[in-house]
Amino acid sequence: MARNAARPLSPHLTIWKWGPHMAVSIVHRATGVALSLGGGVLFVWWLLALAGGEASYASFVDLMTSDRTGKLNFIPAIILIGLTWSFLQHMCSGIRHLLLDTGAGYELKRNKLGSMATFVISIVLTLAIWASIFARG
Amino acid sequence: MGTGTGIGRVRGLGSAHQGTHHWWQQRLTAGSNLLLLTWLVVSLLRLPLYNYRALVLWIQSPWASVPLVLAVLSMFYHLRLGLQVVIEDYQHDFSRIIAIVLLNFYAIAGAALAIFAILRVAFAGAVA
Repeated sequence: MARNAARPLSPHLTIWKWGPHMAVSIVHRATGVALSLGGGVLFVWWLLALAGGEASYASFVDLMTSDRTGKLNFIPAIILIGLTWSFLQHMCSGIRHLLLDTGAGYELKRNKLGSMATFVISIVLTLAIWASIFARG
Repeated sequence: MGTGTGIGRVRGLGSAHQGTHHWWQQRLTAGSNLLLLTWLVVSLLRLPLYNYRALVLWIQSPWASVPLVLAVLSMFYHLRLGLQVVIEDYQHDFSRIIAIVLLNFYAIAGAALAIFAILRVAFAGAVA
């Protein structure tokens, strides 16, 4: 496959003016990559820790939540909250994609509204889920 | 506009010899992900406890382990299709081949490990 590196590239993220429609598109891809790699590894890790028995599961939970003194492990918490939002955002924009596939929702106003709705819904749901987790303790 | 016969073009079979297969599989697994992961989130939120025993008891029920295995298959197939498109957009020539081979290894190994773990818990139960 010979490729001429001198050929011009089409305009990309750094050229276009950002708007909700293109933001939701690139965020769909970014959250998809984050979920595929981070989410996939963490999900398999969780299941393997569970299959490994009580001790291995306890050390996984300790790592993801807090150490024995009850202090929150900050980095895992940030990763888990980020992946929760990525999951919900990817789900919302994914549902939007399925609706767009039917040919609906391409009018300028409705398209913009739909893009912004995915962000609002995913952020609200993330906050609700994590508020209930921290409330449980 | 000259790849194949008229009926071949109508069926979406251009020079790639396959048409909408990838696109359609991506949509199908999007739908099954939506169902199975909604199930997973709701059943996790409905669990009374999150300790080891509670999760093992939960997975020991076929009503949890079977949809969990299905979710793993659907998820890893979906991520394999999705990351393939990302790689094809940003990687060219030799690095594209390497990346796609690694992606396939990751998707198949990840799914195999996850399913093994689920079945081990489902069949062996709690271990000390």
